[in-house]
Amino acid sequence: MAARLVDFARELREEGVMTGTSELLDAVAVLREVSWTDRDAFREALAATLAKSPEDRRIFALVFERFFFRATEAAAVREGVRESVPPTPPTHDAAQDGDDASGELDLELLRQQIARAVQQGSEGAMRDLARLAIAAFGRQGEGSGVIGVDVQRIRRQIGLRAEPQTELDPEDPRAAGLPREALRRFEALLRRELERGQIERTEALPPSRPLSELDRALPSGPLQDLAAVHRVVAQLKRRLKTRGSEHRGARRRTHVDIRRTMRASLQTGGVPVVLKERPVRPRRPEIYVLCDVSTSVTSASVFFLSVLHALHDSFRKMRSFVFIERISEVTDVFERERDFKAVSEAIGRDAGVADISGYTDYGRVWDEFREQVGDDLHRRATVIVLGDARTNGRDPRADLFAAIAAQAGRTFWLNPEPRLYWNYGDSVIRAYEQYCQAFECWTTRHLEDFVEALARPTSTSPDS
Amino acid sequence: MNAAPAQPADLARRLRATGYLPGESAALVSHLAIALGKPVLVEGPAGVGKTQLAKALAEVLDRRLVRLQCYEGLDEAKALYEWNYRKQLLRIQAESDTASWREVQDDIFGEEFLLERPLMDAISSPEPVVLLIDEIDKTDQEFEAMLLELLSDFQISVPELGRIEARTRPVVLLTSNNTRELTEALKRRCLYLWLDYPELEHELEIVRLHTPQLGDEITRRLVEVVQMVRELDLKKPPSIAESIDWARALLLLGARDLDLDMFRQTMSVIVKHRADLDVVAERVGVRLAAGASSG
Repeated sequence: MAARLVDFARELREEGVMTGTSELLDAVAVLREVSWTDRDAFREALAATLAKSPEDRRIFALVFERFFFRATEAAAVREGVRESVPPTPPTHDAAQDGDDASGELDLELLRQQIARAVQQGSEGAMRDLARLAIAAFGRQGEGSGVIGVDVQRIRRQIGLRAEPQTELDPEDPRAAGLPREALRRFEALLRRELERGQIERTEALPPSRPLSELDRALPSGPLQDLAAVHRVVAQLKRRLKTRGSEHRGARRRTHVDIRRTMRASLQTGGVPVVLKERPVRPRRPEIYVLCDVSTSVTSASVFFLSVLHALHDSFRKMRSFVFIERISEVTDVFERERDFKAVSEAIGRDAGVADISGYTDYGRVWDEFREQVGDDLHRRATVIVLGDARTNGRDPRADLFAAIAAQAGRTFWLNPEPRLYWNYGDSVIRAYEQYCQAFECWTTRHLEDFVEALARPTSTSPDS
Repeated sequence: MNAAPAQPADLARRLRATGYLPGESAALVSHLAIALGKPVLVEGPAGVGKTQLAKALAEVLDRRLVRLQCYEGLDEAKALYEWNYRKQLLRIQAESDTASWREVQDDIFGEEFLLERPLMDAISSPEPVVLLIDEIDKTDQEFEAMLLELLSDFQISVPELGRIEARTRPVVLLTSNNTRELTEALKRRCLYLWLDYPELEHELEIVRLHTPQLGDEITRRLVEVVQMVRELDLKKPPSIAESIDWARALLLLGARDLDLDMFRQTMSVIVKHRADLDVVAERVGVRLAAGASSG
């Protein structure tokens, strides 16, 4: 069993859940405490030791399903275990020739039974009926080969719908519509039974699919997988956290800690010979982030917003702004909301970016930024700009940007375009590049490079 | 002292007897924590009964509850121990003529002069206790690091005294509202329990347990409304504690049915933001009005 658990932990790790050896040891220890036969207890006990955040929990649930389902099937193939008696539907061959009156009746009965089970949502009954449904409606052996298609076909034949079906007898459980959640579970059961059948026929396991192919490049379509972005950012968050602290300020101020000085003075008979100082907490860097949310960077802005979100988690002293034509501070949105989705909606709703033309006006942005932040900028501050530096032909006002860069300790520019496209068309990154460090940032790898640069101690300002 | 329950179901039953209705996973993980002697990290939205779980456990196990409320800037002098230097000074002055230096020195760094703070208290208590470290996410990371020794080995190092090991193993619960991610090192030492808002039936049971006098019909209506409100996009969704408060308020007002007027008057019990109030009044108000006219 220990070996199985190690396998399981490896699959979890592959999906990005951090499980270490000590977690595994714990898992073995807790499994001694729960009964083997109780599936829920078994899963909960494992989850308590292996998956330690809500996101991890979600991944854990998926991997658990996949892993233990595959494990039993693999064992069955190895041992040559088969279903000795295939489940017999009420009418075995009536499925093909619908003219058999009694068969038709039984089939209708089965439909109603299934619908009732779905309505009541009882897992056990649904599992049994799923097998019967496949035997009755699934045209054994000649499925389409694509499990998803078969599942939908069976569902249609049974007439399972979430919407009310008024043409049916009101006594029929399907008439009032069925709960969506239970329907989804029934489909999952059908899918699993079909997979089981396929494995039995081919005596081999289909290749294991990763949960989601996480392309490390930025999602580019409008329908981006937010969860995928978030997982990368979660890893980044972890790295940021450990990175940041080792470099942060080591210079000591001398604040006398009276309490500790008094205590130390006891060793010298109440005379304060040794002065004790208050320990200096590492100073958090102050960060100003400006994020372009205009249409030209639509594909990247979701990613950028989630980066902002992650940064807010790691750095307390941080102010964020979003801009298109004008600038708008969103620091409090991030402070108020923990949930990323809520944040992005809130920004979309009430960030109040005066968006008249929808085109970025960098000159105006710099001007307003200086107006809003102005004197707060100092040598210890870091300014980060997320944007493509496409001015739509307007004046880049590099002089204003230079003034900002001069006032702040460090200035970075993250450009969501590959370096190849820089300075083509209306991209004016060259005008800004001389005042800041510009990074291309269109994969998470680039982002990691940037994070390292960010956490590196400043060389320009020795007094920080 | 009560013996530790042998089975999760047993523990669940006894938690129920104290007025806390645990979910399945809550009972199981608490059981594991007691059996293995590992700390539990309880996370979840505010007001789902994280702190309450610790209190109920203390009651079930018949142990004292030692609570450390975390806040920003909490340091070891307030969490672990501190030398009572006033008393130490007094001791020196009282005997400065008669006692030798050596005696005094040995004396003033004895346990008599140690001010025990919650963590030390939990460790050195002769009877086992339940230690609740509440809202750990409010502290700095440095403080988390300090906890590691305590959580994995149940011991505290005091430079002048050496190592203080736990005489008894406390059951440790850490709660977090998830306002920041805790360090891996801390998580690794804990079992993890995620508490979420309960399902309708479960919450109904909880509310009934606390306000049995309120009619069945209205209680169900109340819980349905609370669940509906949670679905909305609010700044702060109502917690279980607030549903119970609401039930009590309705009881006090002698409400028979939860109609639109009653809802308008009392909804400030469950919704506590200006903007949220408007959203809820509009959305739920419509539903209630529709329900009243059709039913």
